[in-house]
Amino acid sequence: MTDLTRAENFDLRRREVAQQIADAGGDDLLVVTGLGSTNWDFTAAGDRDLIFPLWGVMGGAVPMALGLAMAQPDKRVFVATGDAEMLMGLGSLATVAIQAPANLSIAVFDNERYGETGMQATATAHTADIAGIAAASGITVTGVVRDQGELDAAIPVMLEGNGPSVHVIKVRAEPLPFVLPPKDGAYLKDRFRKALLGEAGIV
Amino acid sequence: MEWWKDIYAAMKEADIQQVAYVPDAGHAKLIDACIADNDMRAVPLTTEEEGIAMLGGAWLGGQRGVLLMQSSGVGNCINMVGLMKTCRFPLATFITMRGQWHEFNPWQMSMGAGTQSVLEAMDVDVASVEDPAEVGAQSAALLHRAFVGMQAGALLLHQRLMPVKTFKE
Repeated sequence: MTDLTRAENFDLRRREVAQQIADAGGDDLLVVTGLGSTNWDFTAAGDRDLIFPLWGVMGGAVPMALGLAMAQPDKRVFVATGDAEMLMGLGSLATVAIQAPANLSIAVFDNERYGETGMQATATAHTADIAGIAAASGITVTGVVRDQGELDAAIPVMLEGNGPSVHVIKVRAEPLPFVLPPKDGAYLKDRFRKALLGEAGIV
Repeated sequence: MEWWKDIYAAMKEADIQQVAYVPDAGHAKLIDACIADNDMRAVPLTTEEEGIAMLGGAWLGGQRGVLLMQSSGVGNCINMVGLMKTCRFPLATFITMRGQWHEFNPWQMSMGAGTQSVLEAMDVDVASVEDPAEVGAQSAALLHRAFVGMQAGALLLHQRLMPVKTFKE
């Protein structure tokens, strides 16, 4: 029988993980965050124009980042999303594997919970293994990160290694204060395009 | 049955660089042409909704894309289509219709009948074309509406344009 409370004792804390990735990634990293906690994590780490936080479209973070990565092959595109958001779009891992964009890195912050709806257990709390699903979908660089040492080793792979990659970062299931990014989608899109493309980004 | 070339020509004229698709008999020749085109990235999807998000990402990165699917795929996209209105992303999707004309499979008819109203419920502008001579002009208009007018639009390609599937061969 699986222990559904185990995630409450995971070593890694999601806000600290996000801060370390954001600090290492710098100002040029193109970031797509999935709805819910990863939005708040990366806003807490420092909101900036080149983060596109999804407030909806569950399952859309990875395919959105794929389109971005193909359009900007010379820039690193980093997805931070949660286990529940990823579980709703598992097929997109197969889609990514076919295109194999070397500049796309996916980090799944896996607290084994639906964070926004009351911390109910996801399939990863039971039996699902997202890194295994990614590998079986044809993603060649995959890993599970459970402690600081493994995170230290994974960050350079995520930010500089040959992708596409999927790292499942097991993070503690814990209540945290909301830190909200802007929520007007048209504004978020326009600020991203202007920061990336300059005045040509404004139509 | 050469109308697909007019869609392809309109896509080239509009500088389309990403083509998301789920394999479809009606779009088969167009998809093959996109795969063969070194200036286009043809991306097979596991489900159509991935294409909606992917095209949003393409636009964030400064490229234009289209989504090719059949009417049954529209139902798979609906929550994702909300992204277009929420963020004012452009959308151009070419939809081959099922359930309209000599449809052999009754299981295709329900979504075919609902396709237009479902898209319109999500604020997608819908045009339809049945005359092969009109496909080119309607395609150019769809792409203009999306990438100049910054709207979400769909062009429904009537089943009369498609080869009849009989399940006999």
